[in-house]
Amino acid sequence: MALCGVADTGSHSMDKSITLPPDEIFRNLENAKRFAIDIGGSLTKLAYYSTVQHKVAKVRSFDHSAKETDGDPLYEISVQEEITARLHFIKFENAYIETCLDFIKDHLVNTETKVIKATGGGAHKFKDLIEKKLKLKVDKEDEMTCLIKGCNFVLKNIPHEAFVYAKHADSEFRFQHTHPDIFPYLLINIGSGVSIVKVEAEDKFERIGGSSIGGGTFWGLGALLTKTKRFDELLQLASKGQHTNVDMLVKDIYGGAYGSLGLTGDLIASSFGKSATTDKEFSKEDMAKSLLHMISNDIGQLACLYAKLHNLTRVYFGGFFIRGHPVTMHTITYSINFFTKGEVQALFLRHEGYLGAIGAFLKGAEEDNPNQYSWGENYAGSSGLMSVSPELNPIQRARSGTFDMLEMDRLERQLVNLPLLQDPTSYIPDTVDLTEDALAREYWLYCFEEALDGVVKRAIASQKDQPEAVERAEKFRQKYRHKLQTLRHQPFAYGSLTVRSLLDTREHCLNEFNFPDPYSKIKQKENDMALKYYLKVVKSVEELSWEQRQFNLVKGLLAGNVFDWGAKAVSDVLESDPEFGFEQAKQQLQDNSGIDIILGVFPFIRELLIRGTEVVLASNSAPALNDVTNSELQILTERIAAMDPVIHAALKEDRLALVQNGSSSPCLDLSRLDKVLATVVRERGTDLVIIEGMGRAIHTNYYAMLSCESLKLAVIKNSWLADRLGGKIFSVVFKYEVPSKAQGQH
Amino acid sequence: MKLKSSSKPAFPWFGMDIGGTLVKLVYFEPKDITAEEEQEEVENLKSIRWYLTSNTAYGKTGVRDVHLELRNLTICGRTGNLHFIRFPTAAMHKFIQMGRDKHFSSLHTTLCATGGGAYKFENDFRTMADLELLKLDELDCLIQGLLYIDSVGFNDHPECYFFENPSDTQNCIKKPCCLDNLFPMLLVNIGSGVSILAVYAKDDYKRVTGTSLGGGTFLGLCCLLTGCETFEEALEMASKGDSTNVDKLVKDIYGGDYQRFGLQGSAVASSFGHMMSKEKRESISKEDLARATLVTITNNIGSIARMCAVNEKIERVVFVGNFLRINTVSTKLLAYAMDFWSKGQLRALFLEHEGYFGAVGAFLELLKSSDDA
Repeated sequence: MALCGVADTGSHSMDKSITLPPDEIFRNLENAKRFAIDIGGSLTKLAYYSTVQHKVAKVRSFDHSAKETDGDPLYEISVQEEITARLHFIKFENAYIETCLDFIKDHLVNTETKVIKATGGGAHKFKDLIEKKLKLKVDKEDEMTCLIKGCNFVLKNIPHEAFVYAKHADSEFRFQHTHPDIFPYLLINIGSGVSIVKVEAEDKFERIGGSSIGGGTFWGLGALLTKTKRFDELLQLASKGQHTNVDMLVKDIYGGAYGSLGLTGDLIASSFGKSATTDKEFSKEDMAKSLLHMISNDIGQLACLYAKLHNLTRVYFGGFFIRGHPVTMHTITYSINFFTKGEVQALFLRHEGYLGAIGAFLKGAEEDNPNQYSWGENYAGSSGLMSVSPELNPIQRARSGTFDMLEMDRLERQLVNLPLLQDPTSYIPDTVDLTEDALAREYWLYCFEEALDGVVKRAIASQKDQPEAVERAEKFRQKYRHKLQTLRHQPFAYGSLTVRSLLDTREHCLNEFNFPDPYSKIKQKENDMALKYYLKVVKSVEELSWEQRQFNLVKGLLAGNVFDWGAKAVSDVLESDPEFGFEQAKQQLQDNSGIDIILGVFPFIRELLIRGTEVVLASNSAPALNDVTNSELQILTERIAAMDPVIHAALKEDRLALVQNGSSSPCLDLSRLDKVLATVVRERGTDLVIIEGMGRAIHTNYYAMLSCESLKLAVIKNSWLADRLGGKIFSVVFKYEVPSKAQGQH
Repeated sequence: MKLKSSSKPAFPWFGMDIGGTLVKLVYFEPKDITAEEEQEEVENLKSIRWYLTSNTAYGKTGVRDVHLELRNLTICGRTGNLHFIRFPTAAMHKFIQMGRDKHFSSLHTTLCATGGGAYKFENDFRTMADLELLKLDELDCLIQGLLYIDSVGFNDHPECYFFENPSDTQNCIKKPCCLDNLFPMLLVNIGSGVSILAVYAKDDYKRVTGTSLGGGTFLGLCCLLTGCETFEEALEMASKGDSTNVDKLVKDIYGGDYQRFGLQGSAVASSFGHMMSKEKRESISKEDLARATLVTITNNIGSIARMCAVNEKIERVVFVGNFLRINTVSTKLLAYAMDFWSKGQLRALFLEHEGYFGAVGAFLELLKSSDDA
């Protein structure tokens, strides 16, 4: 049962004197609508929907029926305001409710909102206060329904939402890769009591069991035994205690193990079995520890019995008993492992505390059809796991009080799996998990920190006409540096730390401060220049023999890939002189015949088209570094088609299709691709996938197994990585893979 | 160890089960002793028989459960009474000393022992009293003892009983019954901890699972919470208490039933849930706490047992173990829980000799091993 009854939280009282750093917490309130609130025993979770206005770089083709002159750029870049939807979730202690409500009331502009959805055991207690303060009607929603809705939402939309907890491992949090089908699963919600819910589909779930021995038992019984009032303090006591002083172990009865049954001597035979005496005093710590074991084991056992009965292997744990407490995650994990002999893993959720609020919000937003869209966690606006854990992060706690935030952006495109993944359930996009690889983590965090100055410079340069860009860029620097610091201490904050997540976090932070596409002008310049060389390249290639031509085309493809502003080695060269950087770089990297897309990719696909191969050219939906975006590519292709009859014919006959991939990252997650792309891939019976570039073919997808032939190619533009892979900087990766027959048949 | 190779083992006939909290002892008192035999009987043996049968309490803590005595039992060609004695495991060393003082080792008998203590105290028996134990597996003994007692009955009454109308507190009545089709049964042995066995035939069983929340937990928590000292005291308090002052019920949270999930308002939502509140902690009685502890432990055992029964597809659930001694609160609660949560599919059964089956099994092994020899 999700019976998070409101109990006293000990020392808390309404404290109106606190000052919030409100801009950082209740963001975008002026556009907020559709409020929902989940009030638990000690924490309140507020949810709202807002529209975020931010700048996006748009490219627009000039009318090029007019005669071209040399100096004219090929297309126009304009920065436009775009409105996107964002979900805000804020978690804070109940003590702040009144202050928060006052703040919201003062800043709420939108007056169309009439209702606030509410859930949680504390909703009724604060109903009057909310209605009075916000002038909104409190509309109660069923707690369990909200919980499940929220759970489905995070499992579907947040990769790395679920994790396994391993206390003694190098990285305590082992994130799970989202299974394409999240159902069926078991949710064990440990509030005051325990509810065991089987979820089979979005709206199909059933409470199949429960137990009255839950968090309330730990808290209530613990308070009686130890005279300690607060739940966290009880957990603290427990983490210091020795349960063997209180519990009767198998060895206390047998003198050793009960071998014939395989019961080890250290196993608890009888919880509190040693305390049935009045001659002895027991320490608070020991009793708390024994109680924790007793309750965790009991819940674990029941969970296993239900999982077995319903034949379920995915078992998620939530509720205030679990909520970010390493102590209880550890004991529950231990118990599940013991009772299932390792067959079932206890899974926890990064945003477990938000499930009720998310669900209540979704209930209220049904007319907006939030489940029709794909959503993505905004790393810039979200606090990350354990942000309010005092022992883990004293700095952050002091900075933002006890406020924790989650922001989700509505993605323009609906994202699905690439249909050609050999095994979508085991696909892992990222090549190196920096959460587990400490050396690699240290290197990359250092690398991104080193590169920060350059990124800031580039951002300012991209908006020379706007004087306040300097200030914004400085804010960006602070924000991203802070993120890097957080990740140094808590690499698990946003799921598995990867080069991809570091890059994406940077993009999110840049967007946050309205630097939507710092490389747009560079790209424009490069594209312009490359276009001029296009015909020359094509012609020189055509003159070669077949074999030489192939060799040359691949070389071109790889050479183009060297121009990558994300790679430090390259950007150092490119940035060394802001005026002449590009020319200089071109000379230094002389042997390549142009830039990536125009002089590398196009001649290559041209050859394919001539062979009679149909080509689907997928590119990013939104800017990331200097990667070409779909809208830029549309224009470029048009221009190339105007010069090149091969491309022109292919476009006309639909043998060349330009499709966006749904991504705005220099890396690529093949499990989150644009639905349209997936459809095209399926309909056209794609039988070869070419992935190009360091971000897409090395940092991600290096190990990706596809059900068709694949070619992964990139130039290693990072000496550390080259070293790691056993090569030299600017070495080439050219990986052609054919799926084995047996696997291909799937 | 070697046993004497006679068709009948020499007297005295004992079976012992040394558990985590209690030692259970069964003693066969032959009533068909001939004059000749009596003359030959060594003084030692006579004094033991006299000591055990003429007292109902031994030392400060030993007790003979007179009401459980099986009379006129014929076994191995001898007729007599089977006595049931228990004392705390904490007194084990005193017991061994007594064995030494009474020169038990001179009696040429085999001491058949089961339970964890048979292993734990083996060396003490040897070094302190020159006694060798024949150690036996506790689950084997439990099942053999249970089947035997059920087969001989309880002085012409059935050993087994159940509760009629378990879901109706007013009309819930204890009814004797015969276990006709014994197998398969789920056997739930509630001692200090709990073991749950699925028994398919006399020699075919498996331990399904166990839980550390058992009788020891009830008593241990009661001692800490109320300052009581004995099981009897704890049960006495529990019988007077009201657990709803301690536990949070569904209706305390939802104001009534939680209809969405078919939960009655009177169901316990959170054991000890009210104790999260300081005011409630300060206004609670020891009796209420003892009752809540008892109800919590009992319901939990019922819940796990029920899930095991469903998983193992067994409809008959037999509860044994000393936790159920003089504990009608728990037996009725278990009967109710099995019936209610299974919608009448499961039936809870109980046995009069609750905690003694292990000791009886050990005792049977003594007779059996001499047959084999």
